[in-house]
Amino acid sequence: MHTTMPSRLDSLLSQNSFIELGARERSRQLLDPGTMRELIGPFDRMASPWLARQGVVTQSDDGVVVAKGRFNGQSCVVLAIEGAFQGGSLGEVGGAKIAGALELAAQDNRSGIPTMALILFETGGVRLQEANLGLAAIAEIHSAIVDLRRYQPVIGIIAGTVGCFGGMSIAAALCSYLIVTREARIGLNGPAVIEQEAGIAEYDARDRRFIWSMTGGEQRALADLVDMLSEDDVQQIRAHVSQFVARGVPQVQRSEQIARFIQALDRVDAATQATPEMARQIYTQGAAS
Amino acid sequence: MENLTYEFAASARAQALRKQVLVGVVGSGDLEVLVEPQADQIRIQICTSVDGMASVWETLMARLFAQGTLPAMRIDINDFGATPGVVRLRVEQALEELGLSDQ
Repeated sequence: MHTTMPSRLDSLLSQNSFIELGARERSRQLLDPGTMRELIGPFDRMASPWLARQGVVTQSDDGVVVAKGRFNGQSCVVLAIEGAFQGGSLGEVGGAKIAGALELAAQDNRSGIPTMALILFETGGVRLQEANLGLAAIAEIHSAIVDLRRYQPVIGIIAGTVGCFGGMSIAAALCSYLIVTREARIGLNGPAVIEQEAGIAEYDARDRRFIWSMTGGEQRALADLVDMLSEDDVQQIRAHVSQFVARGVPQVQRSEQIARFIQALDRVDAATQATPEMARQIYTQGAAS
Repeated sequence: MENLTYEFAASARAQALRKQVLVGVVGSGDLEVLVEPQADQIRIQICTSVDGMASVWETLMARLFAQGTLPAMRIDINDFGATPGVVRLRVEQALEELGLSDQ
């Protein structure tokens, strides 16, 4: 084991971690150098009007960075959620920033300016303090993704360590392409919620190895629910984005492959305790390779 | 949650600020600091998740801003339970990005 240490250390040191960056810096590093321009930035002070009333400190950008710029020379909008602020939860303002930017990008495409979108998911889903307003915003994000992805790829990146849950996991599933790292987790419900509903014997939210084996980035890649498992490295993630941009709009979006997923659901045997291997087999059986 | 405001005299001779700076994040044990130009004085508005720490904030802000050498500016701090050491580091980081760290 000890002999592998130096090379492992070298590779870690030469890595330029994407996960360690905040939302703003992630956006800057994905876009072509010097092209990033932030819209509705922190100094516009479009913070949540609801959090302060409930005694919660707000962040000046409501935890969402809207960055316009270029990717490989092409017009691109990056929507980055800051996972450190309120678990990346989406409220009225942050949700409207994402939905509005996606809608404008679709309009640009209709006006002859090809504009793609990158969404950096780092979110537990709706912000409970803003309840229905957050849910409505997430629904708007869903329809805006479906609108925009007809013209240009909408590429989702889930790097971690928050992951992507709740209504925003549906938004991720609607993306043309999804890139994840091993640190990422994707699930409709977070582990604690599942444990609460299913019981600790079935789903222990404190068992990290188990949680990642079921919902982690590697498992989701092996189950064919995401398109790329990337190392936590800025250049590598950028290279994967390039590759998907070059591929263009998919012939059939993942969320349109309805028969495939209904067949997978039919294969679920709820009487048996699910294992990671079983989940992978159910999802990939009969899948076009 | 508590809102606090402090004002300090600015230096009339110091060169006026020309840009805005944001550092930090409103995450556990951290804070965000927004600094931008304004006329006349140094005005600091703090929103903190921790109640009852006004005297610590006052002492810390006085240590950082009362020397009268800094230009006029508006400072907004949104704090999510940062220790005084972290607050100081974040404020110094913002001043450094404004090229004011030697003053």
